[in-house]
Amino acid sequence: MTTVRRRGAARRQDASPGPQGLRVGSLTGWSGRTVTGAILLVFVVFFIVPLIWLLLAMTKSGGALVRQGPFSFGSWHDLVANWDQLTSFQDHAIGQWLFNSAFYSVAALVLTLVISIPAGYAMALTKFKGRRTLLVITLVVMLIPNTALVLPLFLEMNAVGLVNTALAVVLPYSFYPFGVYLAYIYFSSSIPGSLLEAARIDGAGELQVFVRIALPLAMPIIALVGFFNFVQNWNNYFLPFVMLPSSGKYPVQVGLSTLLSSTTAFNPSAAGSGSIELPTLALATVVSVLPVLIIFLFSQRFLVAGLTAGGTKG
Amino acid sequence: MTTLHEVAADPGLPGRPPRRRPSGSHVAGALFVAPYAVFLLVFGAAPTCYALYLAFTKSGQGFAGISNFSHVIGDFRFGPAVAHVSLYLLSWVIALVVLVVVLAIMVHSVGMRWLSGSLRFVYYLPGALAGASAVLLWLFVLDPSAGPAGPLLRALGYHTFSQTIHPTHLPYIFAIISFWTGAGGWILVMFGALNNISPDIIEAARIDGASRFQIAWRIQLPSLRKWIAYMVVLSLAAGTQLFVEPTLLSQASQSIVPNDYSINQLAYQYAFNLNDFNGSAAIAVLLLVVALALSALFVWRGGLFTTEER
Repeated sequence: MTTVRRRGAARRQDASPGPQGLRVGSLTGWSGRTVTGAILLVFVVFFIVPLIWLLLAMTKSGGALVRQGPFSFGSWHDLVANWDQLTSFQDHAIGQWLFNSAFYSVAALVLTLVISIPAGYAMALTKFKGRRTLLVITLVVMLIPNTALVLPLFLEMNAVGLVNTALAVVLPYSFYPFGVYLAYIYFSSSIPGSLLEAARIDGAGELQVFVRIALPLAMPIIALVGFFNFVQNWNNYFLPFVMLPSSGKYPVQVGLSTLLSSTTAFNPSAAGSGSIELPTLALATVVSVLPVLIIFLFSQRFLVAGLTAGGTKG
Repeated sequence: MTTLHEVAADPGLPGRPPRRRPSGSHVAGALFVAPYAVFLLVFGAAPTCYALYLAFTKSGQGFAGISNFSHVIGDFRFGPAVAHVSLYLLSWVIALVVLVVVLAIMVHSVGMRWLSGSLRFVYYLPGALAGASAVLLWLFVLDPSAGPAGPLLRALGYHTFSQTIHPTHLPYIFAIISFWTGAGGWILVMFGALNNISPDIIEAARIDGASRFQIAWRIQLPSLRKWIAYMVVLSLAAGTQLFVEPTLLSQASQSIVPNDYSINQLAYQYAFNLNDFNGSAAIAVLLLVVALALSALFVWRGGLFTTEER
């Protein structure tokens, strides 16, 4: 990145604003913009159409889903019927699963932020022995596939008697090297060390420097790490699948697979009184992501503005 | 605290000679990383070491050399699983690098703020549906009889769910699912990095006569290099884990997709169906070595540590 800046700065010096530059600038106009627009639009369709279909599907009856066109509307009545089928499944199991997911994710989120933001800050802007070693270790551990650790973590938790407790997922979730590294990159590239140096010379203690100067500037990265962590916790499947064998402890993601195996369309042997129809499964999918979706709707502006406003350095 | 110093004081890597720095900073920095260091040891290092230990021993028989490894590699299911995951990784990572960079630069070139913001929002939205939710949604999408892609799938000649999820399609299907859920987040990250480039530089290049393409290729792409390497590294690491997609697809397809399709599924079968934790750990260690080898290359080539050299 530094090389780019230097090259750019050098360029700026010999840049002679001439008529030629303007001409080339406007030439890229029409056809380039059409191609760009077309590509962007194709991907809008790719990303959004499955979601729109999902929202429509949950308002239809099982028969209507197959008979009607994929983008037709269902009815309020069918939505309610699907909701009833979903909530009556294993006596309101879905409510318990949602609560479990929320509890695991939020607890881990708080722990993660408390642990990873100061760590990223320390690695980027303070000096301590073994800083570079810790950085390399962080990167290495970050690259270890989570699932490679699920089994050994299971045995570790089993040895201390924590399997089938919330701690068995909350503690591993809170070990989040990705967040530390993200914070490290942010602090080292977006907050000038000279700013902190000035505060230190003015007599501020290390804690003060962190709390008064670094933290207020770090809101974007706190939001980003927090959000990524929450989403990852909420969506994690393998770890709770192994750690929490009893249905009452499932987070909603694992619960979904129980619903899937009770859906007759995908598993004909499940036909019976407790079975689930396709639109109900669609509704369950929507319900399972709703909290993440809602949080994202409200924090998106802040998140994007935050990450992009990070570039104070120029 | 002792735990921290065990990690922090390890002189294993060639450190630079310490620069002149304010006193007191050492202790404070160490304190700030202490909780992280503890978690790193307990939930990172300890299980990793345990996996290594398990992989090289046999329960009740002590050190086992490489017998666990030769056993799992010799398993008739191992080769196909590796092939499946490799093909998936290849198609996913290529799609990710090319499309995320292109889309980020294109979105960044959109002048209207509301439009640019909306695009990023739409692209990111599926990120809320990672994991099992996304797989369930794609089970619907891949179903020609009811799903949103029904007309398209039928036009391509696929009329039943079992035709669309034909085993030869699976690596690409998993790549599409992963791209669908993950690309938007990376577009946000790249977009942020693009905003970090001073507008003056772009302006200067434009005045010098650089075209849009030249600006993208010569200025924007190099400045994304670090983030691209980062994305590739994380994606490779995550991709080798492929588990939830084939597991749910296996469940939904009445075993057209076997339950040992991916490497991790095989590891799971070893642990929880065969009760062979050593074999399972051996697979985990193999995955780890491959991911590290691939990633080390990118870390080295991608300049992930450039901030260190300043």
